[in-house]
Amino acid sequence: MLTNQASMKRNGVQDYVSLRTTAAIIFAYSVFMAWFFITTDNLTFIEWRGLFSGLAMKVFTLATLIAVMIHVRIGLWQVLTDYVKASSLRAVLQFVLNVIAFGYVAVGLFVLWGV
Amino acid sequence: MGNSISLRIKQAYIVKKQRPVNLELNTIKFPPSAISSILHRVTGVAMFFALLFVIWAWAVSVSSPEGFADVQAIMDGFLGKFVAIGTASALIYHILGGLRHVVMDLGYWEELESGNLSAKAIIALWIILTVVLGVALC
Repeated sequence: MLTNQASMKRNGVQDYVSLRTTAAIIFAYSVFMAWFFITTDNLTFIEWRGLFSGLAMKVFTLATLIAVMIHVRIGLWQVLTDYVKASSLRAVLQFVLNVIAFGYVAVGLFVLWGV
Repeated sequence: MGNSISLRIKQAYIVKKQRPVNLELNTIKFPPSAISSILHRVTGVAMFFALLFVIWAWAVSVSSPEGFADVQAIMDGFLGKFVAIGTASALIYHILGGLRHVVMDLGYWEELESGNLSAKAIIALWIILTVVLGVALC
């Protein structure tokens, strides 16, 4: 296990735990945002910006975006290995999709920074 | 992804073994658990790309009052509503499918009958919630 911990190699248990823990964070965020939209009538810019200006919400939002990045890293890999048989094409697709996923986190970080 | 995919592979194997090949497509049917599994994948991939729009809309709407008004105008239009309902609907299905997976992690709904029944149940619940969402947003 030590070599597994020290290297970047993944294993099934790691993917399994990562997939479900990140899902729990994304689920919590989804429920929170759904509750916010349901309980807020006529959302204004001040309210909307105010929601993301608190430190707790910044942490929650960033944690969710990072969770999405980890979740799609595993999920898209699962889908791609099933449907894209050519390993070179799959490598390129995985790279591009993971860069997009990282982009979501980066955009989120800078947006939250400015709110 | 567990049960339903191995089930699909097993089915494909059985279909391959039984000859002659059946080309009557209307007699070939995926079991509900297979449909549930595919929907989980489709909604997941769809949301990944929908996030391009969601994160863009979020970034613009919190940046300035003008940006907020722009996004609000898009959300009042057909395209905005279509993407919003589609994304939220995909999220609802993916969550329901995910919760079903958690139940299967705990050792329930893993039999052919219970697995297909739970698949039918979440698909039905998803359709109901999507209709409710559509009515609420339109």
